[in-house]
Amino acid sequence: MSQVIEETRPAPAVRTAPLSHARMPRWAPAAIAVGSIAAGCGIGLGAGWHSRVQWGLIAALIFVAATFVITTKVENVRQAKDRVATSVVWVCFVLAVVPLLSLAWVTISKGIEVVDGYFLSHSMNGVLDAQPGGGIYHALLGTIEQVLIATVIAAPIGMLTAIYLVEYGRGKLAKAVTFFVDVMTGIPSIVAGLFVLATWNQMLGFGPSGFAGAIALAILMMPVVVRSTEEMLKLVPNELREASLALGVPKWRTILKVVLPTAIGGITTGVMLSVARVTGETAPVLLLVFGTKLINPNPFEGAQSSLPLYVYEQYAVGTDASIARAWGAALVLIAFVMLLNLVARGIARWKAPKTGR
Amino acid sequence: MDTATTTKNPPPGAPPSEGTARGGLRPGDRIFLGMSRGAGIFLLVIMAAIAGFLAYRAGIAISKDDANFLTASEWNPAGDPPVFGIAVLAFGTVVSSVIAMLIAVPVAIGIALFISHYAPRRVAAPLAYLVDLLAAVPSIIYGLWGAIFLVPYLDGLNSWLDEYLGWTYIFDKTGEGVARNLFTVGILLAIMILPIITNVTREVFLQVPKMHEEAALALGATRWEVIRMSVLPFGRSGIISASMLGLGRALGETMAVAVVLSPSFIISGHLLDPGGGTFAQNIAAKFNEADEFGRDALIASGLVLFVITLLVNGAARAIIARRKEYSGANA
Repeated sequence: MSQVIEETRPAPAVRTAPLSHARMPRWAPAAIAVGSIAAGCGIGLGAGWHSRVQWGLIAALIFVAATFVITTKVENVRQAKDRVATSVVWVCFVLAVVPLLSLAWVTISKGIEVVDGYFLSHSMNGVLDAQPGGGIYHALLGTIEQVLIATVIAAPIGMLTAIYLVEYGRGKLAKAVTFFVDVMTGIPSIVAGLFVLATWNQMLGFGPSGFAGAIALAILMMPVVVRSTEEMLKLVPNELREASLALGVPKWRTILKVVLPTAIGGITTGVMLSVARVTGETAPVLLLVFGTKLINPNPFEGAQSSLPLYVYEQYAVGTDASIARAWGAALVLIAFVMLLNLVARGIARWKAPKTGR
Repeated sequence: MDTATTTKNPPPGAPPSEGTARGGLRPGDRIFLGMSRGAGIFLLVIMAAIAGFLAYRAGIAISKDDANFLTASEWNPAGDPPVFGIAVLAFGTVVSSVIAMLIAVPVAIGIALFISHYAPRRVAAPLAYLVDLLAAVPSIIYGLWGAIFLVPYLDGLNSWLDEYLGWTYIFDKTGEGVARNLFTVGILLAIMILPIITNVTREVFLQVPKMHEEAALALGATRWEVIRMSVLPFGRSGIISASMLGLGRALGETMAVAVVLSPSFIISGHLLDPGGGTFAQNIAAKFNEADEFGRDALIASGLVLFVITLLVNGAARAIIARRKEYSGANA
């Protein structure tokens, strides 16, 4: 068959064009970039603009336009579109990285001037707003206590819920729990704060305290713990459960002695990530813990402070000294959160469950 | 290979439990099941309690409100008669979130594409890790940075927009003052929700079946054509749900807005004029000076915020759930 076809095929026409298109040399984008930056600076200088951002914008626009035109001429429109898309993606990336790097840089450089042993070990007791000095000891203490209480409340409930969903969950109840855990993840922190305010403080008549803040933080933590624990439990291979059950081990002992130890690394990671998330929450703390300048080690009685709240208060005061303190506290807060994140991810990598596949 | 028969039938995480269920549960099992089911029910109770208590307190406040709660643009619950309404707050919340979404979604798609398809492989993994970390930066720090660093910087941009785009009405700057306006808030919110949207979008892009991309490449598509014809269509619902998750966060963001915005109870379409407010910002700002009734009024506005975020998040989850089935059929 194929031979017949080949014989009837007309003789190949003489090729007028080469098989492959003309390609831009590898250095072409760099050359266009240099050219357009020069043009951008030239236009900026000529027009007498002061803002370097405008120079950059002009240069970027010239770059995209020049790339498109030149590529269309040398290669074809499809290649030109491809190159423009590439440059737009790169621009997006740079556009996003600049503010985020700036945030990190500003926090570190301004914070490092303030943070020292004295700053970490003293409270604001007796320090006037405009006066330098003072520290974050009371805020650090408050944050640690509130987050610990929140974790003690939220972690067991969250983990048990996840166990229910993965090991027992059938039917309508499990579906409802799954859906509302999802929805709960999106509750704004200030709404959680308002809820505790309406119940704990207004209905039951308690005053502001670290514990009230911790309840709100626990509400924010629970869905995150449920989600991550659920994911981890699903990774535990069924063969392990079946082997244990086949040996006559009761289901609850199977869960406690086989399933949980297998997934414990991932569960720890999830709990730590949720701790990191609530550590930075300001809004519920603002409503429920109230803030103080003094060291109050008792989270169940009286106003406390916390790091994010301290940052907010010191910023609101607005003097040079207090804003410097705000940056210092921000640096400590960000370092704390990042440390939790890094350790949590380290544990996740170190103790990744063997899926057996 | 013999495991294939056992793993195929039950879904993961659902070991056979008929054996224990038939013969009645052992005491230990009963206690454990009760505890874990109780925890699940407890979560449902909390959700119901949040909705119930907020609605109850809000009802107290709204019943005494002398103005229309939804359309009044004034906030004076301490007055006689008390007058307060959420028009300004709803406007400010929606406008700042829309600005944030307009900026953040395209850029986040760009970054996600950069990490998943453009960046050299050696750079991509650390970058993804970095974006993960950035999602954990507390909002108060974004606020501090925004108020001290971004606001003076945006002053220049604002006057430039006013000069060249003032004819568009929204960029017409009629009042004096620094850039503590809804436009700045929108930009700050965009920066804050970028990492979240990027994370989810990137994960979806990485799930695009390799076959789709390779088929497009084999037909001679350029990289952009591969993305436009196989990656973006596959990831569309993922992008939508990621955006809605970001929107949920932008709507409920409190501290960054409270720190950056200089609030006022005026609805103004001039985005560059200082003023306006959002639900969460208003609660944080008015809370300290509010009496018992004032707090109820704030709770009423919080209830509206709660309902809005509930709807947005519910929609996002519904889209994700639909997509799960879709991709499962294709896997």
